[in-house]
Amino acid sequence: MEISKLEQTGPCEWQIAPFGKMNVPAVIYADQDLVEDMDEKVFEQVTNVATLPGIVKASYAMPDAHWGYGFPIGGVAAFDAEQDGVISAGGVGFDISCGVRAMLTNLTREQIEPLKKQLADALFAKVPAGVGSKGDIRLNPQEMDGMLAGGAEWAVRQGWGDEADLERIEEHGRMAGADPEQISARARKRQRKEMGTLGSGNHYLEVQEISEIFDAETAKGFGLKQGWVVVCIHCGSRGLGHQIGTEFLKDMAITAPGQGISLPDRELACARLKSDIGQRYLGAMRAGVNCALANREIIGHLTREVFAQIFPGSKLDLLYDVSHNTCKAETHRTNGKERQLYIHRKGATRAYGPGHPDLPRGLMEIGQPVLIGGSMGTGSYVLTGTKTSEQKAFSSACHGAGRAMSRRQAYKKWRGRQVIDELAQQGIIIRSPTGRGVAEEAPGAYKDVTAVVDAAQTAGLANKVARLKPIVCIKG
Amino acid sequence: MNKTLVMLPKTPPRDHRQTAWDLFSHDADIGVRGYGETKEIAFEQAAYAMTGVMTDPEKITPLKSVDISCEGPDDALLLYEWLNALVYEMATRGMLFSRYAVDIQDNTLTGRAWGEPVDIDRHQPAVEIKGATLTELRISQEPDGQWTAQCVVDV
Repeated sequence: MEISKLEQTGPCEWQIAPFGKMNVPAVIYADQDLVEDMDEKVFEQVTNVATLPGIVKASYAMPDAHWGYGFPIGGVAAFDAEQDGVISAGGVGFDISCGVRAMLTNLTREQIEPLKKQLADALFAKVPAGVGSKGDIRLNPQEMDGMLAGGAEWAVRQGWGDEADLERIEEHGRMAGADPEQISARARKRQRKEMGTLGSGNHYLEVQEISEIFDAETAKGFGLKQGWVVVCIHCGSRGLGHQIGTEFLKDMAITAPGQGISLPDRELACARLKSDIGQRYLGAMRAGVNCALANREIIGHLTREVFAQIFPGSKLDLLYDVSHNTCKAETHRTNGKERQLYIHRKGATRAYGPGHPDLPRGLMEIGQPVLIGGSMGTGSYVLTGTKTSEQKAFSSACHGAGRAMSRRQAYKKWRGRQVIDELAQQGIIIRSPTGRGVAEEAPGAYKDVTAVVDAAQTAGLANKVARLKPIVCIKG
Repeated sequence: MNKTLVMLPKTPPRDHRQTAWDLFSHDADIGVRGYGETKEIAFEQAAYAMTGVMTDPEKITPLKSVDISCEGPDDALLLYEWLNALVYEMATRGMLFSRYAVDIQDNTLTGRAWGEPVDIDRHQPAVEIKGATLTELRISQEPDGQWTAQCVVDV
């Protein structure tokens, strides 16, 4: 992106003053290198979002922003329903509530190392991943409705997870306001064999070592100890979420003109929050969130079963479960007063700072854990929300590195076998049903997540707490 | 109202153009594009491209057919519906497709896709398609008459 088009307003903060039909400025949080590396599509999309009705304060792009669907991936935008604000299916995405959870083991690297191959094989056998994979769970219509309304809370009641997990999940594990009636027969059918499955693409289940601590006090509060092992699970709402996105994106594209919404590009399809289709999407999206929360809770449970089998006496405690494709109704302070806003985070993570009332007791003084997935090479990060993140971007931060090259380029450059062998030399075991999938997810295909989290910290969005290095990686 | 009876081939087309499609770059995901001397052929080729995102289409044997019917207020949304109907059928049937026949009349598409159940070892599908999106969604016709049908798919 041409840096001359932006005005630098802080160490990692750039502004685009409103032009054309923009209602608010666009703000990009990133260092200069990251900004220059962003393609022009990010400029186009972050300024397009700023033209939407009812947008409040600014259209934001996180340090990992890249070309998305109407919204940039790494895009954040808040809307006021009282100002005829909109909700956008593209601003949530096709994988509703895709997110990451981190579960802390009571095991060290040294304890995992001699059994890591068995662990990899057992996890790969237990958690279905990849195209055509099927879970064992089948829900009848009432159970499906229960899951759509109950999320992870429902999963725990069914015996898949622990009660103690719930306070460590956004929305306490159950997104309120879900409307299962808005979930079509097609979406339900698509989900039928997918409960408890990982999916494919950039989804993963990783066993990781806490390799570096940046903030000792916060790490202690989170329960992170250097050299100990965590498990991170990255996946979303599976076929159900994809089908909801597919259906509503088209409906919104058709109804938007009739609602007097002038779309700079049809991909920004959205609807007034105070409209029938807006409310129906809200109800459907919230059910999609519950599906993702239930899914990660189930996979967490399956992971616990594997660990109990290979490391008897071990336990996994949920640190936190974050989502990075959502639209949430939250109370925020703007212009000196509090109001309810609908915050879209598309490839962006909520990052509540210390003292936020929605945080569980054990984390309230510290801040919300923000889990940032990196590549198999660079590893991942645990960050924490800051006191300044609300004012910066409605308590939002980045979500991951973003790709450095397309899937086609990655597949031309690497072979799956080669990637697997190179990572094995570094002590990392990969299990995946296909070689091409691994090649497309090669570490070199992704940008450096370290630069992204450093920029997020400098910008005041979230602070680094710890770095996680992969030991075992299950991919779909 | 009289509607022209749509006759789709019962057996998979043999003379399908295997090279009238390609994939184009999109940072996070991937674009599919089909070409043809008719709009229908471009739609078929775009579907072929979508298979190409996941695997080499030549690895898929056209054993069984699935019928698809969809509607859209314009050509672009009709492509969106066609590709998403295929995504739905692949996901729910556990199949991959490699041959297509399309007929478009006004706002209605009648189609047929041929393929077989997913075989992980043989097909090695790289990635699952979440859906065809509205991004870069475009149907166009060149001055020489050639049609192009494209969009980005979320993987």
